[in-house]
Amino acid sequence: MADEIILLDFWPSMFGMKVRIALAEKGLKYEYRDEDLFNKGPLLLEMNPIHKKIPVLIHNGKPICESQIIVQYIDEVWKDKSPLLPSDPYHRAQARFWADYIDKKLHLLGQRLWRTKGEEQEANKEYIECLKLLEGELGDKPYFGGENFGFVDVNLMPYFSWLYVFEIAANFSIEAECPKLITWAKRCMEKESVSTSLPDRQKLYDFFLQLKKWHGIE
Amino acid sequence: MKFTKSINSQSKAFNREKTVEWALKLKGVAYEYLEEDLRNKSPMLLQSNPVHKKVPVLVHDGRPIAESLVILEYIDEAWKGYPLLPEDPSERAKIRFWARFTDEKCVLGAWAACCAKGHEREKAIESAQESLSFLEKQIEGKKFFGGETMGLLDLVVGSLPNWIEFLEEHGGMKLLDEEKFPSLYEWAQKFINIPIISERIPTKEGLINYFQGGQNSRLTTGK
Repeated sequence: MADEIILLDFWPSMFGMKVRIALAEKGLKYEYRDEDLFNKGPLLLEMNPIHKKIPVLIHNGKPICESQIIVQYIDEVWKDKSPLLPSDPYHRAQARFWADYIDKKLHLLGQRLWRTKGEEQEANKEYIECLKLLEGELGDKPYFGGENFGFVDVNLMPYFSWLYVFEIAANFSIEAECPKLITWAKRCMEKESVSTSLPDRQKLYDFFLQLKKWHGIE
Repeated sequence: MKFTKSINSQSKAFNREKTVEWALKLKGVAYEYLEEDLRNKSPMLLQSNPVHKKVPVLVHDGRPIAESLVILEYIDEAWKGYPLLPEDPSERAKIRFWARFTDEKCVLGAWAACCAKGHEREKAIESAQESLSFLEKQIEGKKFFGGETMGLLDLVVGSLPNWIEFLEEHGGMKLLDEEKFPSLYEWAQKFINIPIISERIPTKEGLINYFQGGQNSRLTTGK
């Protein structure tokens, strides 16, 4: 029996993008459904009653919530193709640690970039420091996963699609500060699983302008 | 023989630190417990967890692993024997979901309820209890969150009873109400009396220190 996979998502969501990349890496066919987050559909509310958030993966009727948990699930179920987590427990722990860091620290600092008025310089500085730490972790490897695209790469790439937006909005550039990350991001974008999962930059920027209006920020 | 160190702290004895020790004990792993004074962090801690500079940190064969939930999964993968997580991927995903939920909503929700003032207090207590009601549904009709035997989720949720009891006393309110959450309450009584668990329970002094330390950092970050 063929697997039925549905992804409840919202196209600009960084969290949704992670899942799209993971599904593409595994070569999986699925039904993509874009949710209206101002008018959440009954399926989303049924499948994620606790948080009522996207992304939600529905695999043969069973819901899996939380992007990192979904990516690990995908990696465990379809373990024979393009493994995202390494096999060694220590390296798996390191990958989970950095994915957690990205989800919590980088995400929070990214939000501060455009939401806090009057602290722009500091917000920019903190964001770049965070990226530099990640760049240190990358080192000279082609990917965070080493020779192969892996779990941390999946988790970080979506932030790079938003980086374009942040750089314009917060008036800074990471090109000089994090050259290795820029090279890494370009390398990842050459992968079809990544380029087909991330939205068009201009479309994302237009969405961001809308988002600012909804939040009452000029 | 593998040498394992667990860096924890009694002066910032966050319940969850006991979670790592409980996991090591279940696996029958010999470990050395090192206490940290978080007001005066040791070079070893700063070297082992340079990113967050926090406990707990597990150092195994000289290699550090940080972040409580990451450490728990590592312990499950590095040592065979007692399984902390089930085999089935969708069951594993559920456990991970509830572990995060406990970590993010229940622990912090209880804290917020304790510290809220005025009309915010009622809302905060309601929110904290709503989080507990989700855990109540998960344990209803089961012996443990892991089913017939204890698992990772029992260890994570196991950090709550002592923490909540402390906050209830400090804040003068009731959260883990036996009437509202009979299954959760019953599980908690059973859990903290299991020998492996009761051997390592956070002290009141440790909880006070953690609470005060946390309050200070909340004040400085303005959260």
